[in-house]
Amino acid sequence: MAVSGLIFIAFVFTHMYGNLKAFSGHDAYNTYADHLRSVGEPVLPREGLLWLIRAALVGSLVVHVYCAVVLWHRAAKARTTRYVMKRNIASTLSSRMMRWGGVTLLLFVVWHLLNFTIGKVNVKGGATNDPYNLLVDSFDTWWLTVLYLIAMAALGMHLRHGVWSAAQTLGLTNNAAARRNANALGVLVAVVIAGGFSLVPIFVLAGVITK
Amino acid sequence: MKVTLKIWRQADAASKGAMHTYEVDEVSPDMSFLEMLDVLNERLNAQGEEPIAFDSDCREGICGMCGLMINGEAHGPEVTTTCQLHMRTFKDGDTITIEPWRSDAFPVVKDLCVDRGALDRIIQSGGYISVNTGAAPDAHAVPVPKDKADRAFDVATCIGCGACVAACPNGSASLFVGAKVTHLGELPQGQAERDRRVVNMIGQHDHEGFGGCTNIGECTAACPKEIPLDVISRLNWDLHAALRHGK
Repeated sequence: MAVSGLIFIAFVFTHMYGNLKAFSGHDAYNTYADHLRSVGEPVLPREGLLWLIRAALVGSLVVHVYCAVVLWHRAAKARTTRYVMKRNIASTLSSRMMRWGGVTLLLFVVWHLLNFTIGKVNVKGGATNDPYNLLVDSFDTWWLTVLYLIAMAALGMHLRHGVWSAAQTLGLTNNAAARRNANALGVLVAVVIAGGFSLVPIFVLAGVITK
Repeated sequence: MKVTLKIWRQADAASKGAMHTYEVDEVSPDMSFLEMLDVLNERLNAQGEEPIAFDSDCREGICGMCGLMINGEAHGPEVTTTCQLHMRTFKDGDTITIEPWRSDAFPVVKDLCVDRGALDRIIQSGGYISVNTGAAPDAHAVPVPKDKADRAFDVATCIGCGACVAACPNGSASLFVGAKVTHLGELPQGQAERDRRVVNMIGQHDHEGFGGCTNIGECTAACPKEIPLDVISRLNWDLHAALRHGK
């Protein structure tokens, strides 16, 4: 769970950083997108690195979801008679949202891939072969921006608890100061990554990033 | 003061239980929670009804025998055991919901009594050190660094009451296992069996049907002895080490 999660964190951070190229305009963004396909040539074939990363991500996803299903199943079996009254007194909302938040993120990833990678769905009916224009067309659509922002809220919460929980699982939080730091790092990672992702859709909708 | 109690009644392990409502008058704010239940039981006895079964032993907060889910919180709203909770914590006219620990690894024996034998079996699987007993050794025969002695002592305060399991949304006993593994793992006497201990105790924990830890933190907030969450980090650290050593 922890190791596959850390692979995802490395990926979403890089992905978020790449997205910010949208602020540099059409040509810079599309050059970056093309560079992702040609990087590593000629040692690697075209799109070689991209496929290596995709394989690692799919592998991590299988591990991550498998662990989540096992934990969910064990929790359900561990308490078959529920409390009439149960209060949560110390846990964060993020920690209690890991499972349904994770399901939300999985559904979002499916849509996101249809939107920008596999299907290249342009909800405005425009061209789909130009990454920058597809991005602007998508986020000019208010409901799509709202959908992405909701997904980023879910991602932020997942990261907030995930970073802390991974540190615990790896045995890195062996005293009070380390626990505080791991929690603070969770908040920082969540704000930087989910916040960074949210900038592009918001600025497209606000008309700052245009075709 | 007067309180309304909603209490889980269950005749035996095989029967189906249900919540029953009782009114208790003339409760003194200085009574402990268990004394208030004693008052109710005396009345039920006098009326020829079956008294409410609940566990208690020392009533000093050190044995871990008493443990009730009170208004949805393990041991109630104070950071202490149920026996050390006093009625002054509640207000006149309050309704108080009382349930047994809910965990399939802790089957209900009767009413509010559960069988916490699963925790004993986890201890039997590794929560010990194997040394021959005899005359007490000299206190300075085995040097222990102060910080390690302090930490071992702090987590050795775990009384095995099961509140961590009761409060955990996953029904995990990781805080309990972590406390034992940290306690013995900090001391020189615990090193010989350190790898085997963590592997066997986690194996027994999972075998008993406890859930897996997702680091939510409800356990440590419910713990009457304030065992910190970092014992679970230590548990994981020791498990990784044991697996690296091929145990």
